[in-house]
This record gives sequence, structure tokens and C-alpha cells, in this order.
Amino acid sequence: MNNDDSSAFIEVRCVGKTVTTRQGHLCLLDNINFTVEAGRSVAVLGASGSGKTTLLGLLAGLDDISHGDIMINGQSLSQLDEDGRALLRAHNIGFVFQNFQLLQHLTALENVMLPLELTGVKAARETAADLLARVGMTERSQHYPGQLSGGEQQRCAIARAFTMRPRLLIADEPTGNLDAETGMRIIDLLFKLNTEQGTTLIIATHDTALADRCERRLMLQAGQLVETSVA
Amino acid sequence: MPDSASPLNLVFIWQNAWRMLLRDWHAGELNILILGLLIAVTSITAVGFFTDRVERGINLQAAELIGADLAISSSRDDMQSYAQQASGHGFNTAHTISFRSVVLGPQVPQLVEVKAVSSHYPLRGQLRIADGAYQPDRTTREIPQRGELWLEPQLLQLLDIRMGDSISLGEKTFVVQQAISYEPDRGGDLFSVAPRVLMNIADLPATRLVQQGALVNFRLLVSGELNAIENFQQQLEPQLQTGQKILSIEDGRPELQTALNSARRFLALAAIISSLLAGVAIATVAIRFARRHLDTSAMLRCFGIPQRTIVQLFSMEMVFLSIIVSSLAFLPGYLTQLILSQILDQLLLTNLPAISFKPLIVGYATGIVMLVGFALPPLLALGDVPPLHVLRRHIIVKPSRNWYLYVSVVISMGILLQWQLNEPRMVLAVIVGMFATVIVLAAAAFILIAFLSRLGQHIAVSWRFGLVNIVRRYNSSVVQIVSFGLGIMILLLLSTVRSDLLNDWQRSLPVDAPNYFIINIQNDQLTGIKDYFAAQKVESIKLYPMVRARLVAINNIPVSTENYESERARHMLTREFNLSWAERPQLDNTIIAGNWWKKDDAGKHLLSLEKDLAKTLRISLGATVSFDINGKRNDFIVSNLRNVNWDSFNINFFTVVPPGVLETLPASWVTSVYLNVTQAASLSTLVRIFPNVTVVDINTIMQRVRSIIDRVILAVEFIFVFSLLAGLAVLYASILANQDQRRYESAVCRTLGARKSIILRALIIEFITLGALSGFLAGFAASTIALLLAEYVFNFSYHFDVAVVLYGMIAGILIVGIAGVSGTYKILRTPPMLTLRQGE
Ligand SMILES: Nc1ncnc2c1ncn2[C@@H]1O[C@H](COP(=O)(O)OP(=O)(O)OP(=O)(O)O)[C@@H](O)[C@H]1O
Ligand SMILES: [Mg+2]
Repeated sequence: MNNDDSSAFIEVRCVGKTVTTRQGHLCLLDNINFTVEAGRSVAVLGASGSGKTTLLGLLAGLDDISHGDIMINGQSLSQLDEDGRALLRAHNIGFVFQNFQLLQHLTALENVMLPLELTGVKAARETAADLLARVGMTERSQHYPGQLSGGEQQRCAIARAFTMRPRLLIADEPTGNLDAETGMRIIDLLFKLNTEQGTTLIIATHDTALADRCERRLMLQAGQLVETSVA
Repeated sequence: MPDSASPLNLVFIWQNAWRMLLRDWHAGELNILILGLLIAVTSITAVGFFTDRVERGINLQAAELIGADLAISSSRDDMQSYAQQASGHGFNTAHTISFRSVVLGPQVPQLVEVKAVSSHYPLRGQLRIADGAYQPDRTTREIPQRGELWLEPQLLQLLDIRMGDSISLGEKTFVVQQAISYEPDRGGDLFSVAPRVLMNIADLPATRLVQQGALVNFRLLVSGELNAIENFQQQLEPQLQTGQKILSIEDGRPELQTALNSARRFLALAAIISSLLAGVAIATVAIRFARRHLDTSAMLRCFGIPQRTIVQLFSMEMVFLSIIVSSLAFLPGYLTQLILSQILDQLLLTNLPAISFKPLIVGYATGIVMLVGFALPPLLALGDVPPLHVLRRHIIVKPSRNWYLYVSVVISMGILLQWQLNEPRMVLAVIVGMFATVIVLAAAAFILIAFLSRLGQHIAVSWRFGLVNIVRRYNSSVVQIVSFGLGIMILLLLSTVRSDLLNDWQRSLPVDAPNYFIINIQNDQLTGIKDYFAAQKVESIKLYPMVRARLVAINNIPVSTENYESERARHMLTREFNLSWAERPQLDNTIIAGNWWKKDDAGKHLLSLEKDLAKTLRISLGATVSFDINGKRNDFIVSNLRNVNWDSFNINFFTVVPPGVLETLPASWVTSVYLNVTQAASLSTLVRIFPNVTVVDINTIMQRVRSIIDRVILAVEFIFVFSLLAGLAVLYASILANQDQRRYESAVCRTLGARKSIILRALIIEFITLGALSGFLAGFAASTIALLLAEYVFNFSYHFDVAVVLYGMIAGILIVGIAGVSGTYKILRTPPMLTLRQGE
């Protein structure tokens, strides 16, 4: 279970996450260990509330780790400050949120352009329009998130995650809001990226079809890793 | 759900509203709302307590002008029953009897005004006396002993006598003991009364001067607790007989009245500004509160709660909150007014009256009206939130749909303020001014942002991002610029402009303002007087002519005291007017109606009237006013009305005519001079050389006015602290207004890999631009408002100052920039996950 391969792209060592609430300390994740090599695809499974979103957040450096450490491409996340992690994200990590997290006052196109604008990339508009076309959203590109359906927002969020051609794509239930056919297209898109660009995929999902396509599965239960299986 | 009209429903609303309040409080949702409301209610209660007490204190001050809280005058000695009633109520009483008489001096008999007084005179205010003419003086609680006389200094000069000399009055001989330098209830016109002689009432019979048929004025002075005095006055009024009247304080000195009125206006202004501003702060915070409760509201709708009930729930929550906060604000409000009273007690020389409960009621009413009123429009909009919001969060709730509510809240605030302060014109002016300012600020902000949006294409990414943010949030940026603008404007008004206004007021009575009036100078003495003062090294003096005249008709209708109700009007008709002539109006006069005459109007029978006189006697522009001058009737056409700054102590006349009309008639001249102590000491020489000339010492009254001004300025500065707090609250509230949105956006940008420096720079640029824009506009607004205030409310001169606009921009950039960035900076250091979980 424990893999000490130092060439691993992602290395999770003894990671724990606790939060302090009014009722005292709450342990969300406890002693998580696993490694992922570059270009692999991993499904994170588990019941609702088992800690999937929490784990993905830690992997993307969106939250502080309470115990242990995570190395991305040999870089320790706990050694980096917020800015270092942002920089790491900017060029290496794309994130698709379970609840999309699109900015309400920006159109679909502007939302996708945002990461490019923030890092000062030229031709942001063209790249973003192209990505929206690939998720089948060209028609809706001038609409605001509030005017889009859940699935459309989902696709918009995926397009946004792709803009920087990340080496690691983390997706939190990317097909949760989609019908089977659209879901299939999205999954194809994810794996196309995985094979074409060698992007590492980490996907939290309840969708067995999606989990089956991944090379590896991690099973979470009440904040603990209970099983890792290779397809 | 119970039926919405049933009593069960009311209980349901109460219980649930209370529960919502507790939960919001627990979640920290109410902190800012409470803070804003606390500032508002504290300042209104404090100012309320304070102005209420000062109002009554000022009445006391005015009481000094009649030497009592209540004075009844009669032409006969028939007020024993009133005196008994007054004693029966436990009031203090004193008697005065005054009449004109003649004392025999070495050369000519001298007309004097004798006043015989009983012990305890005066009941309000204090006499000031000196050991010789124009010597240093002191206050006294004594009255002349039997056999003693106290005289006004000019009389000492006129009679050429010294302290300790004997003179006879009627059939009794007296010893001259003191010189009177200040008599609180002197009243009347400084120019036209004969010098005063003060004696003990017990000596009066021995002089045999008060005989049947002589023109004598008896007065009963009464003092006591104010409310009781008011009741007593009402009880007396029906008992009054012909020849008896209750004296009003309008007979007092115009200089003091003007100063006290300005004082009241300054305080009222501060109170109005802090109240309205606190309202703006609350409104801003309430919008945020409402936005954060969109979900609650939509959810309640999903559960099938009707719109009306939702509105009732939120309204009831606000009512609970405002009652609690108003109760909390009582203590700081009360303490604040204690401090203020300390400042003013010394000014008013007496203890201020006890507090009344009116300000407390007003405080509560304001708290409820403000919170419910300003918070309700956005909350009402919550009732309109469709349940769909739960599913689609991008539904914009527009509080502007309920604009009429804001208007009605402002109107009810206006009514409350008016009830509290009784300054209708100023309340109206400030409210209208505030509305106008908001509209102008909004329009200007709109244009400036439109300009920004054109600018955005070819600049660096942080710049573009910051500016684009402002443009993207068009509506909320306009609102933010307006509220920043209001906040900064108040800060500017309070810092630069306030001191300018107050200094102007102080300057209107400079240290070297004339402190002596020299009156009764004859034509052939003009050069002599000028030479005399030149020799004293007094700068060139300006002499004003005046001719005595009696008003006989207005628009050819003979005047009679019966035509007028007002005591002041009747009083004016019985005395002589001093007509002066001038080519130009006095510098501190402003023409408020009609036009001053031109050069070629010389010789025409035109008349310029002081506006209050015109109002009292009901004379309008263009009326024909007829005077009896030297036995001949002269008709004048009223060509203009003037406002006169009586508290400037310049020589001013109620009635002025063009040159070339009165020159041939027997005139006397007056002048005013500033004399230092040594120069003043030699006034005795002047009076010896020109025995008919009278010197009037106005040092004491000027000191009073000056100390009123100084004290009130101190008090006003203190009150303005609340306006300052309210202004800061507005700034704070508007920074908070879309902070949630900013936090969320920054967090999203961070997950997309934006570096802290980029976000920070964009934030700085955004806030600095907002600050600069609003500061720029605020500078203009502040200067304009100061200009209008100075011109129309306080009658000072104030000059538009471009520097204020610059200060505004600097203040805007610093305050909005620092506060805005530091308010948002925190999120740059917390991991974005938490922010994202909380959502927008
Ligand atoms: N900041 C926090 N404070 C308290 N509890 C938290 C916090 N963040 C997460 N939790 C709790 O941690 C547990 C794991 O949450 P997480 O969102 O990771 O679950 P999940 O596996 O993604 O569930 P789902 O499949 O429903 O999305 C949940 O019980 C959640 O309530
Ligand atoms: Mg989850």
C-alpha cells in the first residue's frame, strides 16, 4: 500500500486535517498515505462526508495541512506559503469544483479567460473561446453563470480548469450534474488530455463508469484511506 | 402556517423574529448594524439631551436680560397680590421702580434714569461696579446701601463729581458710592437712554419723587424653577389689568440674542449632520445584511411562508434590535451630555436645568425609525426573492424599488429632528442639501466610471484588473463612490471648513473691535473729536450722523400701538428713531430685498430698513414710511431691506436714507473706537472738553458675547466628534458593503493561481481609484456646502478653496485605500478553501 517511489509526481505522507469548531476539534482526514506517478489517473471514492473534497483541496494547496506533508513534483506544499502555492497552481494545477465556483458577475467566456488574464497570457480570448467550443458551450459563452444550467456551469468550470494546460487536473465530481451522454463527452475530454498531454488526473466521483476508466481507485471512509486498488 | 390575520400569527412572528435575532447575533451578522445604530442613537440622544438643556440654559441667559425669569411691569404700585402669590409658590422676588428725573450738577441740570431696587435685585445676572469711572470693575451681589447712589460713569463725568461726593436727588441728599459698569437688565437702545442712577428702594419715599401722576415704571421680578415659573406665568396672565404687562425677553439686547442664535444653529447643524449620516451608515450596512439573508428568505419561501410574513419577520427582528440598542445607547448618550454641560455651565454662569425625558423619547424613536426605516427597504425586497433563488443564485435584488421608503424615513427623521431642535429651515436645508449632494455625487460618479471604462484597454494587468473591477460593478461602484464621498465630505467639512467657519465667527468679533461708543457729538465738535483721538494715537475714526425722528405713518395710515400685538412693535413706536444717511451700506450688512441706492439717487426720499424691524412693524419693500422730523412730516419709500450683524458691534442703524436729504437738519454724530486701558482712562478728559458728549462702555457686553462664542465653539467641536464618528461609520460600512464579494472573488482568483501581489495590487488600485474619485467629488461638495452655509445660515463670508478639493483627494486615497486594503488583506493570508466553502 505504501509506495516510496521517489520519482512519484504526487506524494502524500501521513496527511491529517483537523478543524476547530465550537464543539471542539474535528478530524476530517487521518493518516493518509499514497503516491501517484505522472500521467496516471486516480479516482477518489467514498460516501458523502467521507472527506473527498477535503483531500482534493489539500492536494491543490487550497487549504493548510494539519499533519504530514504533500509533495507535488518534488515540491513540499507545507514548505510553501500561500503565494508559492498559488504560483504552483497557476502553472501546474487545474481544479474543477463540486459547486463550480464561477464568478457571478463575469460571463462564461470571461470566467474562462480569468486564469489567463491573471497570469498575463496573450490571446486569452481566443484560447478561452476555443476551450468553450470543446466543451460545447460556444452558444452560451456570453451568458452569466446564473443563466446557465448546472451542467453548463460544470462544463464552463472544466473549460476554465483546462486553460493553463495543467500537469495535474483535480476534479471534484465533474459529472455529478450531467446526463449520461454529456458526462461521457466530458470524461472523454478529461482522458484525452490525460493521454495527449500526460496530464495527471485526480477525480472524486460516485460515478462507477468514470471510476472504472481510472487506472487506480482510492477509497475513503470517515477520513481514512481504507483501500487502494489498481484497475 | 396560521392565518396571517389571527392573533396566533402575531405570536408566531414575535417568537420567530426573536429567534432569528438571537441566531443572527450568534453568527455575528449584527455587529456592524449594532455599531452604526449605537453611534447614531448615542449622538442623537447626547445632542438631544444637550441642546434641550442648552435651549433652556439659553432661556436662562435671556432671563438675565430682564434680571429675572419672569418680570411684570406696571404703571402703578399695584402688584402686591402677585408678589404674595409668587412668595406662596416659594419663588424669589424683587422690586424695582424706575422713572426719569433730574440731578443738579455744577453747570446744567442732568436728565437721568433712576432705578430704585430692593435687595436680591437682580434675580438673574449680576451687576458689575467699579470704584471710579472707567476703572477696573467687579461683580457684586449687593445693592446700594441706604443713603448711597451708584451712577453710570458718564454721569460722573457730566456732573464732574467723584466717589464720596454728595448730590441731591429730589428732596434727599445721597453719597455717590460706586460706578456702574454693567447692568444686566439695562435693555433698550444704547444711544437714546439717559444715564442710570441706582438707589435703594427704601430711600424712595424720602425723595418724594414718586408722586401721583408721575411717569413711573414698577416692576416685580420673579425667579424659580423653570417649569413652575411657566405655570405661574400662565396663572398670572388672566389676572393682568390695564397698565400691567409681562415683560418678554425680546426687549433684551440684540447682540446677545444674535450670538445665542448662532450658537444654537451650530449645535443643531452638528446634530442634524450626525443623525442623517448615521442613517446613511445604517442603510449601507442594512443592504449587506439583506444580501446575506437572501438565502434565508428564499428558503422560507420554499417552505411555503408567505411573502408578507417574511417581511413581518425581518421587520420585527429589526424592531427588537433597535429597542435593545436604543436602550444601550442611553448611557453613553447621557454621559456625553454631562461632559458637554460641564463646558457650558461656566458659560451660562448658572447650573443648567435638569435633563428632561424628551431626548430619551426622541432617541428611542430615532433608533426605531432609523433601523426599521433604513433597513426595511432592502429587507422588503427580500420578500420578493423568488424561491428559485435557492436554485439559481444569480437573482439580483434591487432595493431601489423601494425608494419611497427611504424618502419617508428621511421625512420622519426630519420631523423628529425638527421636534428636537426646532430649526425648520436648517433641517429642511440639510435634508435637501444631502439629497442634492447624493444626486450630484451619483451623477458625477456615473460619468467618471464611464470615462474609466474607456481607459482600460492598454494598461498593465493589475491596473486593468483593478479598474475593470470598478467598471464591472458599475452600480455598486456608484453607490460606493457616493457613500465614500459623503463620508469624506463630512470629514472635510469637519476638519478644514469647520475651523474656517468657526474662525470666521470668532473673527467677526476681533480683539480690537470697538469697545466704546461716543455718542451725541454735535456738528461743530466733529474736528475737535477727530483731533482728540488722533492725539490719543487712535486710528482714524469714522463718524456717523443721525437725526431723531418719530414714526407717524406707514402707507399713509397713522401708526398706533393698538395696531400691533407684539410688545417689541409697541415699544418701537413709542420711542424715537435715529435716521442716518450713507452713500454705501456698512460692510457687514447684506441687502436681502430691493437694491441699495446709486450715486444719482442722492437727495431722493428713499429708505433702507433693517429686516427684523421691517418684519416687526410689517413694512414691506416699496411701502411709504412717514417720519416726523423736527416737527415736519417727511415721506420715504422703502427701497431695500438689510440684514445686520448686531453681534459685530459695529455702529448700525435700523433706518438709513441717501445723502442729501437730512444734512440741513440738526444732527448729532456717533462713532465707535477701540481704546486700550490707558487710552480709556483718559476718557474723562474727553468728557470734560465736550461735556455734552456721552461715552458708552460696551466692554462687558462684548466680553459676554465673546465668551459665549468661545464656549459654544468648544461645545460644537465636541458635538462634531459624533459627526466625525458617523462619517467614519459610513466609510467603514461602505467598505464592508461588498467585501464579501471581494473576498470570494479573490479566493477564486487564488485557486486559479493568481499571486498575492497581483490581487493586492488590483485591490489597491481599485480602492485608490475609488478613493480619489470620491475624494475629488467630496472636496467640491464640501466647499460648495460651506459656501452656502456661510452665506445663508451664518452670514459670514467664506471663500471657495481649491485646496479643499486636493485635501479631499488625498484623504480619499489614504482613508479608502488603507481601510479598504486592510479590510480585504486578511483574506490573502487565509487558505481559499474556507472562503470557497462559505460561498459568495
Ligand atoms: N471547515 C469545516 N468545519 C467543519 N467541518 C468541516 C469543514 N470542512 C469540512 N467539514 C466536514 O468534513 C467532512 C468531509 O467533508 P467533504 O466536503 O470533504 O466531504 P465529501 O467527501 O466531499 O462529501 P460529498 O460527497 O458530500 O461532497 C464533512 O462531514 C464536512 O461536514
Ligand atoms: Mg465533496
